Amino acid sequence: MDSLITGCLGIVARRSWLHWRRFETTAKLVRYQDFSVIQAETICANLLEGAWCAAITPPAKRMSSPEPKHLPSTIVREDEGALVSLAKSGDLAAFDELVNRYERRIFRLAMNITQNREDAEDATQDAFLKSFQHLGDFQGGSRFYTWLVRIAVNEALMRLRRRRPNVTSLDEPVQTEEDLIPREIEDWGPTPEQRYQSTELNSILNSAIADLEPIFRTVFVLRDVEQLSTEETADALGISVPAVKSRLLRGRLRLREKLNRFFEQRKPA
Amino acid sequence: MNCKGLIYEISAYLDGELAQETLTEIEVHLKRCKDCQLIVDTTRKTIQIYYSAQPLPLPDDVRERLHTALIKRLGRRPNP
Repeated sequence: MDSLITGCLGIVARRSWLHWRRFETTAKLVRYQDFSVIQAETICANLLEGAWCAAITPPAKRMSSPEPKHLPSTIVREDEGALVSLAKSGDLAAFDELVNRYERRIFRLAMNITQNREDAEDATQDAFLKSFQHLGDFQGGSRFYTWLVRIAVNEALMRLRRRRPNVTSLDEPVQTEEDLIPREIEDWGPTPEQRYQSTELNSILNSAIADLEPIFRTVFVLRDVEQLSTEETADALGISVPAVKSRLLRGRLRLREKLNRFFEQRKPA
Repeated sequence: MNCKGLIYEISAYLDGELAQETLTEIEVHLKRCKDCQLIVDTTRKTIQIYYSAQPLPLPDDVRERLHTALIKRLGRRPNP
């Protein structure tokens, strides 16, 4: 009897805790991270089951920076696995849904890599077609989106190499130390991107990426735009994890320099 | 930790991948170096701005061609 009461109390405590944490965390994501309520609730639902276990065990020693950059990915939704299973069994409507869901991201990825609209269109089409044709090979060990990105990267790089054969080796060594030294050191203010309309901001971001060399551009796009992990990026590009980290460092620093002229706070005349 | 050392570690620092010892060295350096504070802040913002950028809607003509190609190869019109 005692164990039954203890068990019931445990369930009530768990439900109350989850309810309270869900409300609090959703509010924070909406207020401070600009997620929609639906996005925030989905993230909370995924996070809190694990957080319940963390809340009743001692915290591990923190080994990261005070503001870890990556939030939970907002790209992949919970029902992706179910859609992929249906598509594998031949359900074209399920595959249509996957196309509709990811076509904008895959086209943007292909544009970012190829910097050519015609090539990006072809790469996007072939990526979706090949993903459907080879869906049987997808084992589900990774996210479908990551697998699709890997196919799209190969399609885009193939077209980039065809068009610019001399400048697109991903194996070439990175440059000397000099390319790491920041030249522009200015304050951007708290929210520099808000000084621009969204289409103008997109234009600025795209032109800055376009100026990067392909070996830096491709790694930056996969890691910081498409939100792949370092290991997934290395796997997609067929390069080592240290190579990804080295190229990402240089890509980020170069983009920072390129964005500086748009985002630096103008000093009063 | 000097400015050059911080630049080499800035990516790992912003990704939260550093060991506690290096993290402490960076934080000590940042407390006394205004330039490095600005470099860290603007690099963090660079990443966040790209991270938050949503892809623009696919241009109508691109979407039409994509879906036409899929119909042709898969034998059915994708959902609008």
